[in-house]
Amino acid sequence: MLPLPVFQHHSPSSLAEAVSLMAELGDRARLIAGGTDLLPNMKHGIVEPEHLVSLRAVTELNGVQHDDAHIVIGAMTRLVDIAKHPAVLEHAPALAEATGQVGGPHHRRMGTLGGNLCLDTRCVYINQTYFWREALGFCLKKDGTVCHVVKSGKKCVAAASNDSAPALMVLGAEIDLLSPRGKRTLSANDFYTTDGIYNQSRKLDEIVTHIRIPILADRVSAFEKLRRRGAIDYPLLNCAIRIDYKGPQIDEFDMVVSALAARPKRVKAAARLAIGKKPSDALTKQLAEVAFKNCKPLTNLDNDADWRRDMIRVLVRKALERARPPVASQAT
Amino acid sequence: MRVELLVNGQERVVEMPPMVRLLDVLRGQLGLIGAKEGCGEGECGTCTVMLDGEPVNACLVAIGQCNGREIITVEGLAEGEHLTPLQQCMADHGGAQCGICTPGMLIAAEALLRRERSPSDEQIRAAVAGNICRCTGYQRIVISIQEAAAARREQSEGPR
Repeated sequence: MLPLPVFQHHSPSSLAEAVSLMAELGDRARLIAGGTDLLPNMKHGIVEPEHLVSLRAVTELNGVQHDDAHIVIGAMTRLVDIAKHPAVLEHAPALAEATGQVGGPHHRRMGTLGGNLCLDTRCVYINQTYFWREALGFCLKKDGTVCHVVKSGKKCVAAASNDSAPALMVLGAEIDLLSPRGKRTLSANDFYTTDGIYNQSRKLDEIVTHIRIPILADRVSAFEKLRRRGAIDYPLLNCAIRIDYKGPQIDEFDMVVSALAARPKRVKAAARLAIGKKPSDALTKQLAEVAFKNCKPLTNLDNDADWRRDMIRVLVRKALERARPPVASQAT
Repeated sequence: MRVELLVNGQERVVEMPPMVRLLDVLRGQLGLIGAKEGCGEGECGTCTVMLDGEPVNACLVAIGQCNGREIITVEGLAEGEHLTPLQQCMADHGGAQCGICTPGMLIAAEALLRRERSPSDEQIRAAVAGNICRCTGYQRIVISIQEAAAARREQSEGPR
């Protein structure tokens, strides 16, 4: 049995109340959204907050709005609702595909986009019971001083395992944060750091309020995920691609691969290669090769790292096949 | 912490520290031992209950999150001794084997049948994807849910 440790629970009913609670409780508190990541980690002693501040009753954070220029998603919107939202499906398919593949169906009904953005990094040496971790002498991420993935490594390389992250990065999303110190906005690209112990630029008392995604005509995007069990699992690897077309030609290109290390990896060389070209089988092959060269999975997640690396080519190819020019611009 | 719940149609009030898991309140204080603890970390789905009409893993919900919410467990499906068509079909078509996953399967399937009148096999498989059956009798479970959907349609339409 895996019981939860002792904590105090707070359930503010407005954003203002939540912010003042975080100001009062400081780093003794953690925010909780759906709880599907935080609670198991608390059971394993990976995080040990004295207080949990639940955002469930903060209704102003719920829902998807859109106009001609942006989709704005409240941080507490459930993953299941984003995956089937018509505006997200039309203008940001990579995000619909990513949110539709997080965990299993029950998790997507509990979990939220804000929660997935702020998911803790994962590693085979950390997502274990306290007993297991203690037997190994702990690790850099929590309670220990050594890394079991990179021998003599001084930096935690636990993997960013949020499926929404690569999708939001390629889509150029912006993330609104609110804290006792006021509002600020981070681009999805600046949201993550290379430190696996805590890979977010967000301070712990900052609340993700909204995620804003630009809408562009002639933009296509796609997301692909590798996991042990197709129906329910964290990613062993994931990949998002976004292309802005000018007629049949690629005008802008972005590719992000994640579940490698703490920060989702933008494959810049792929953009240099793709821009100005028309999609073709040869280009797909080249892009898959570039991704393969630039991304090196570590032994921080389940399954063979070499196999995961080989699968990068496959994910990139599958994503590109679905990112062909929109019908309207094919005609021009 | 005082928590008010609507469990299987009955109002229940429990006095509990907030970190107690919903699963433990159901199985302990409320004596509803249908939902089981399998893995305790949200992977296996045998603790699935309906929270405000949606299937969730009861081992991943702290009771502090539940005030004022509606919960339906596997005990809440049947009316007295009368099994629902879904339960009867699981029994008749071999959908219940060793029985460990059954309470979670029934809740996930019930949630599906409430929103989909005529689910495809694909939809059924997706709906119970969070419920692991180690007897691996998935085919029987899919058949049982299909039969239950047919039985429900017949019930709502009346005899032809």
